[in-house]
Amino acid sequence: MHHLLTVAAGIEGGGMFSFGLIRVGFALCFALLVGSVSAVAAPMGEADARHFLERTGFGAPPPLVAQFARLSREQAVDRLLVRDSAGFHAAPPSLDYQRPSAGRDLDESARKAFAMQQREQGMALRQWWLEEMLHASTPTRALRERMTLFWHNHFVSSQQKVKSVKLMLDQNLLLRRHALGNFSVLLHSVSKDPAMLIYLDGANSRKASPNENFAREVMELFTLGEGNYSEQDVKEAARAFTGWSFERETGTYLWRPGMHDGGEKSILGRTGSFDGDQVLDILLAQPKTAEFIVGKLWREFISPTADATEVRRIGAAFRSAAYEVTGALRPLLLSKAFWAPENRGALVKSPVDLLVGTLRTLETSPANTLPVVAGLRQLGQDLFAPPNVKGWPGGSAWINTHSLLARKQFLERLLRAEEMAPMGPMREDRRRDRGGRLEVHFDSLNWLNHFAQDPLRVSKALLALAPVEAPPTGLMGLGLIRTLLLDPVYQLK
Amino acid sequence: MERRKFLQGVTCLGLSHLIPDLAYATGSGRLLVLVELKGGNDGLNTVVPYRDPRYAELRPRLALKPGELLNITDNLALHSALQPLMPLWQSGELAVIQSVGYPQPNLSHFRSIEIWDTGSRSDQYLADGWLARALALRAKLPGTLADGVAVGSSELGPLAGSRALVLSDPEQFRRQARLASNSNAMTNGALAHVLQVESNVVHAASQLQLNHAFQTEFPKGGFGDVVKTACRVAASGNVSVLRLTLGGFDTHQNQVGTQANLLKQLAEGLHALRAALLELGRWQDTLVLTYSEFGRRPRENQSNGTDHGTSAPHFAMGGRVKGGLFGAPPALDRLDGNGNLPFSVDFRSVYATVIERWWAQAGSGEILGGRFKPLEFLRS
Repeated sequence: MHHLLTVAAGIEGGGMFSFGLIRVGFALCFALLVGSVSAVAAPMGEADARHFLERTGFGAPPPLVAQFARLSREQAVDRLLVRDSAGFHAAPPSLDYQRPSAGRDLDESARKAFAMQQREQGMALRQWWLEEMLHASTPTRALRERMTLFWHNHFVSSQQKVKSVKLMLDQNLLLRRHALGNFSVLLHSVSKDPAMLIYLDGANSRKASPNENFAREVMELFTLGEGNYSEQDVKEAARAFTGWSFERETGTYLWRPGMHDGGEKSILGRTGSFDGDQVLDILLAQPKTAEFIVGKLWREFISPTADATEVRRIGAAFRSAAYEVTGALRPLLLSKAFWAPENRGALVKSPVDLLVGTLRTLETSPANTLPVVAGLRQLGQDLFAPPNVKGWPGGSAWINTHSLLARKQFLERLLRAEEMAPMGPMREDRRRDRGGRLEVHFDSLNWLNHFAQDPLRVSKALLALAPVEAPPTGLMGLGLIRTLLLDPVYQLK
Repeated sequence: MERRKFLQGVTCLGLSHLIPDLAYATGSGRLLVLVELKGGNDGLNTVVPYRDPRYAELRPRLALKPGELLNITDNLALHSALQPLMPLWQSGELAVIQSVGYPQPNLSHFRSIEIWDTGSRSDQYLADGWLARALALRAKLPGTLADGVAVGSSELGPLAGSRALVLSDPEQFRRQARLASNSNAMTNGALAHVLQVESNVVHAASQLQLNHAFQTEFPKGGFGDVVKTACRVAASGNVSVLRLTLGGFDTHQNQVGTQANLLKQLAEGLHALRAALLELGRWQDTLVLTYSEFGRRPRENQSNGTDHGTSAPHFAMGGRVKGGLFGAPPALDRLDGNGNLPFSVDFRSVYATVIERWWAQAGSGEILGGRFKPLEFLRS
């Protein structure tokens, strides 16, 4: 015991951990008592630390990698999943609610002004979220932003259809509030979220003509997944959701009892005069729901193809944890598959991974983030505007002949201290689309100091796998970084 | 599935006689242009059975009136927005294939378009586009740019798994292509995909020529741009398939104005496509086909729109098309339990027509997972 306390004291003397000291002590103690220090309990080293940070956050800043390299896998997961306070990097934009169809009642010039205002507010909103991701102050906060984006891609709504920036912001705040909270609470809340009601046409669903779109998407996309319900289940569920409505004047959820079908329904083998919330509970009670979510989390964090047995195991753990999100994340991040060598570099970086991750890894950020927001849209990931109800498909879909070139070109731009004159005349709309000059002051010499002039260490810091084209021997400096960033492997994480 | 693996599979099955040798010429230069009407076009208001009393009964507000219709037969009329296509109907270059669908229809956008794109059964899940399988068996002609090019969508759809390009701006593509490079690394998974795309870029860029100036004026707007890009690719080199996408057809609410606008864009775009291909001397070797994940429900909904449906009519156009009607008209008296139309032409028959008649290729049964009878809308 004395030996362990000395070890614990030694760690404190190193000035690293200010919390979790006792946990470290107990963890070591237990491990020694058990008789073996498993991979989970040993310090993970730089390769694992880089992998862990890049998958759970955005990019892998070298100082953070060094810190986490000294932790064991279990310690890293514990540290990551700690309950955090709900702070922001910057306050969300202050927006007033305006009726989405307000533009229609106005004359031509007023309508144009309204559209312009929506566009500007939309840009401000995107910038705000991007900056929350870019400046997330801890790995936990970075994970929270990643999970907010994950839920945004699961409970999809798009500003293009919702036509209210304020409602999109409210939905985003809701998703973030529960991102690392409870999935059941999140499901119940987001199903009544005004932006969602508008997006899924749930707002006008009435007894005489229930809107099936909403019920179908709740089953197909939010909970069970395809093939786990029948058309009849959809029809019956649609009846239960009648009465859920949206008050246009105030932009809030409204319950309209006169529109509700209170009759008996049969859904997934249960019968009763269910309302919408009760239907959600029926869906949550199905093991398939937990497995559907876990499968998606697997594809987000581990690899493109989920292991069916593991999904069932972790799905069961998720339900045992009463749908606490960390109850799924913990077993996922401690699974063999998460750490397996064959799953390194197995995922394609999303545009957010690519742009935000690169900026964070290189420890730099532009004064004006508007070009980065524009970049995300060009690369196919316009925040607040996923392409359709199913969200961004992700994975290999991020990379095609058009997007691959756009991605590489953006990385090149990022590395230039100032933007060079564009080749050929640039059309005015294209200039506007690019959001203006991308000015990033990347101090490459300072950054490279992390690696003591060792090109191999630079490569290991930037790439999940060995590069496809090994850089010429002796290449260092910005040239080395550029070569590595343009290597095909850099598109992966 | 990579081309190599599919060919290996074909050899294993003793089907190696199906791989054409390079001297095989019939049907080899022929272009297929697929036009995706994304969202589920309401076929009933596109090719309209205006004399059927059930039409107006089911759609008291949405039914098109005589002033909004262009008669093509005693019983059928086209939505008036399709006016630019009337000359093609009159010259016999436009065929209407009615009631195209499939058994056990799926009403989800994603699942249904997946079924159409992969050419699968409703209960089957395939990974590759049907064209990837078809193109794997085609000889690569000299000067081939790519197997197929997708314009107007970032998804490859029926071309998934083939050597296909997603293209939006050809000049920009060629400028940026210097950032890609070929590599010989043997690998699989995500990295293999990235390397394949790099290689496709390098190859296409080396083949793409952009100096053709068209006389044809292309319509303004998104779809006009898509058509223009497609024509520039066709002018540039050999390509077997062009897949164009026009989106916005998911008209759950306020359908009338939206659909009219979209059909106008479609008709004007296709008219320009024909004119440009005539300039290139390629109209005789081109077959244009529309497709969509589904049609829409005959009965209108409470929001002046329509919900997801099943079968719908589609168009075939080209220099060798035999104009007229194919398949059976919409059976408004035989709606299913969901109030949706039965189909009379399985979409895989349309695909079989492309494979067997248009490209004169064997192996249609293997590609489509069964025998589907080709239709007779091609003259030769």
